[in-house]
Amino acid sequence: MGILTSLPESTMTIDWANFTPGGALIGGLLIGFAAAFLVITLGRVAGISGIVGALLPGGGARSGDRGWRVAFVLGLLAAPGLAALSGIAVPVPVAPVDWPWLIAAGLLVGVGTRVGSGCTSGHGVCGLSRGSVRSLAATLTFMGTGIVTVWILEHGLRVMP
Amino acid sequence: MRSLAAFFAGLTLGVGLIVSGMISPAKVIGFLDLAGLWDPSLGFVMGGALLVSAAGFAWAQRRGRSALGDEPLVLPARSPVDRRLLVGAALFGVGWGIGGFCPGPGLVGVAILSADAIVFTLAMLVGMALAHRGLGREPSVRGDRDA
Repeated sequence: MGILTSLPESTMTIDWANFTPGGALIGGLLIGFAAAFLVITLGRVAGISGIVGALLPGGGARSGDRGWRVAFVLGLLAAPGLAALSGIAVPVPVAPVDWPWLIAAGLLVGVGTRVGSGCTSGHGVCGLSRGSVRSLAATLTFMGTGIVTVWILEHGLRVMP
Repeated sequence: MRSLAAFFAGLTLGVGLIVSGMISPAKVIGFLDLAGLWDPSLGFVMGGALLVSAAGFAWAQRRGRSALGDEPLVLPARSPVDRRLLVGAALFGVGWGIGGFCPGPGLVGVAILSADAIVFTLAMLVGMALAHRGLGREPSVRGDRDA
């Protein structure tokens, strides 16, 4: 099971069959609108790991600072219902790996986003939007390790289909 | 009113994650898989999000105060890049690459009753609480410094 025994079959091939620029752009605009709306109305950053994490044991949210966080999470949880009612397709997310891998993934994402103070939304959208150098460094880092991880799993170990 | 605004923001963000395809681990991994069949869609998600969000942040920062409650914005301080930031982001990226889930899509997936999303999200919440225990020893840097 040598990681480096199999080199990638090809260098960059675009997956035209799964490329969905229209939905991606519209969804992205909605995500950006949500972040803009939250910072304009409440003056808060729409970083999901921060909003959720602060509610957990040891997360540090003061009692007066919990209500909006809970409401935000409830909004996220209500999204599939609204989407379905609006006739938007809501596919059930299926991961390409088994549960032991998913548990490891969840632990890494949980620890990593709290140690690194943010996730895709907090650093990748909000942080970059306000020109934060820390968020740029974080985004490049998690994209980088994500790319390397997928490369190892798909082309090195071939764990994924 | 504050709760209603936060609920609306979460709802819109969640619908955005669904419409964009980011709730699909296969889509995320297709984006990270530069060496295989590369799906650039998530680049469009990021581009679209940054376009609107950057305008919103510029406006909010020019105003300097929240529209509801007229309070000062709560934005992370401009501190230098440090080891803790990079180590955390690196671990997050590895987990993101393994499962194809980040925190938002994980939570939205829970509401779709995806077993995979539920397993991922429970582990993520445990991971967050574990991080708080570890970081508790340095309270000055605990919490959401950036987001």
